[in-house]
Amino acid sequence: MHSHLLMMAVFAFFVSLVFAVLAKDTAREQARLGGVMFAGFMLVGLVVSWLMFPFPLR
Amino acid sequence: MSPAPATTAEKTQPGGLVLLCLASWAIPGIGHIWLGRRAKGFVFLIALPLMFAIGLALHGRLFSFDTSDVLTPLEAGAQLGIGLTYFLAGPFGAGKGDVRAITYEYGISFLIVAGLLNLLVVIDAYDIALGRK
Repeated sequence: MHSHLLMMAVFAFFVSLVFAVLAKDTAREQARLGGVMFAGFMLVGLVVSWLMFPFPLR
Repeated sequence: MSPAPATTAEKTQPGGLVLLCLASWAIPGIGHIWLGRRAKGFVFLIALPLMFAIGLALHGRLFSFDTSDVLTPLEAGAQLGIGLTYFLAGPFGAGKGDVRAITYEYGISFLIVAGLLNLLVVIDAYDIALGRK
């Protein structure tokens, strides 16, 4: 697994899953919160990666 | 008139709370299963050790409590949050870390966050036992 995007997606999935199950009690609420959180993680990750694009490490 | 049924908080003794927290820390999700929240418990039981295992598979390093560096004990403490899995990884040769691997930093992130999430799960089980949730 060398794809940065895939690793970010896997990481976001697990964190969203645990937070959603902790915070909500019904499956419907958990799926909704988990989905929103996962989408938020991915969106913020992509936006931050594009913002960093003009500043290469070398 | 029959007395009101005892709440979870009334049934949980201090010794039981300590045991519950220890069990919940040692095996993620066991505390929730113990308290009757089986569905939540099984999600934690599968998701957190799997996240930790992915961290190991990504060549993440398990830190020891080496005080020569300020951050290392903090990282070790966070990883220790996953419970028994932390101690089981060593004898199986996992967690040595390969700094040359492109996934090394990702692996460490998975290991640390899995441990921290399990600590949140322990706190949640404690709150349920006290009748706060």
